[in-house]
Amino acid sequence: MSTHLFIRAAAAADGPSPVVPKPAEIIVGLIAFSILFILLKLKAVPMFEKAYAARTSAIQGGMERAEAAQLAAEAALRTYTEQLKEARGEAQEIREEARVQGAAIIEDLRGRAQEEANRITAAARASIEAERQQAISSLRHEVGALATELASKIVGEALEDQVRQSGIVDRFLSELEKSEK
Amino acid sequence: MLLAPHMAQPAFVPPSSADFFFNPAFGNSILATKPVMLLLFSVILITAFFTVSARKAAILPSRLQFSGELIYGFVRDGIGRDVIGEEFQRFVPFLFAIFTFVLTNNLFGVVPFMQFPTMSHIGFPVSITIFVYLVYHYVAIKKKGLGRYLKEMCFMPGVPKAVYVILAPVEFLTYFAVRPLTLAMRLFGNMFAGHLLLLLFTLGGEYMLKSALFVKFFAILSFGLAIGLSFFEMGIQCLQAYIFTLLAALYIAGALADEH
Repeated sequence: MSTHLFIRAAAAADGPSPVVPKPAEIIVGLIAFSILFILLKLKAVPMFEKAYAARTSAIQGGMERAEAAQLAAEAALRTYTEQLKEARGEAQEIREEARVQGAAIIEDLRGRAQEEANRITAAARASIEAERQQAISSLRHEVGALATELASKIVGEALEDQVRQSGIVDRFLSELEKSEK
Repeated sequence: MLLAPHMAQPAFVPPSSADFFFNPAFGNSILATKPVMLLLFSVILITAFFTVSARKAAILPSRLQFSGELIYGFVRDGIGRDVIGEEFQRFVPFLFAIFTFVLTNNLFGVVPFMQFPTMSHIGFPVSITIFVYLVYHYVAIKKKGLGRYLKEMCFMPGVPKAVYVILAPVEFLTYFAVRPLTLAMRLFGNMFAGHLLLLLFTLGGEYMLKSALFVKFFAILSFGLAIGLSFFEMGIQCLQAYIFTLLAALYIAGALADEH
């Protein structure tokens, strides 16, 4: 009510009422707004949208690239891990082989050494035996001669008969050996 | 006694609605009046600013492009997408034009040497409202058909039948009369009152400055208030531009919605 009075008073006192639109201004407003709308729609909005779209795709592209890089890195890591595992296995195999080979070499050497030792031992034994035989036979011969010489000195006569003499000595020595044993 | 020497000065004439009407700068055409020239200037200003700022459409925006995008993005996402939803994109240019048009013309009210909010001439809010009115009815009729649109408007479901006697006319009036009237009046009223207030304190201050020494002191107070209120007005001018655009978006959203 008071607004109404104010409007009437103002209109009465000062001319046109402020709440009654002037048709000319409405028309000017309609035209001005239409022009603005068309210009913004044609010039500004598409470009802003273009910038938005470009930015979105740039961000998305960046993310995709990052994802791809991550996948590649993961694949590389897998490859390296596998290779490392393989290399470890290989090293283990090589070590095992070396151990086996080493053992074989040691075994072989040991065998050869044993063989050599045996051979040396056998040779030594043979030579000892031969020397012993030689010693026995020479001893026997000497002892025989000595004994004969001693006996002939004791008996005072030479024992001529070689066959007989040797038979006696041999028998004597055999008896001596038997009693020793 | 103190006032005696100044009795010669005429009585203070408070600002009135007459201060809102200008004579043509030249000739007789209404096109030459200050509000119309400001309005046309705003079209040039807005178009130039946004055309230049959007021209490069760079991924990394310059400061100019960024400021343009800030306003565009505010209308596009803050009003269009949040209020209208899915189909917002095709209404963005319309809402963007409304917001920039109203905002610029409102802000003319505090720009030195312009100092007149164009929208305090009711013809201009009315002309934008006509567009909003046509758009939201057109969208609804195109989507639902006239019959279903009117039926959904007047007979919202889930209400006792007897209530329709009151509700149907009220709803009908809301859609066809109250909405456009309030939309135009709200903007006009705010700009009109704000400008009147600034006029009062400025003219009052000027008057008091010519008065006695004792009264001059109050002139400073009056000018100070005028400056303070200018900043306050700036807030209101932005707010009214936002509200106008928001309501336009809400009406369009309502026209697109399936249920009332």
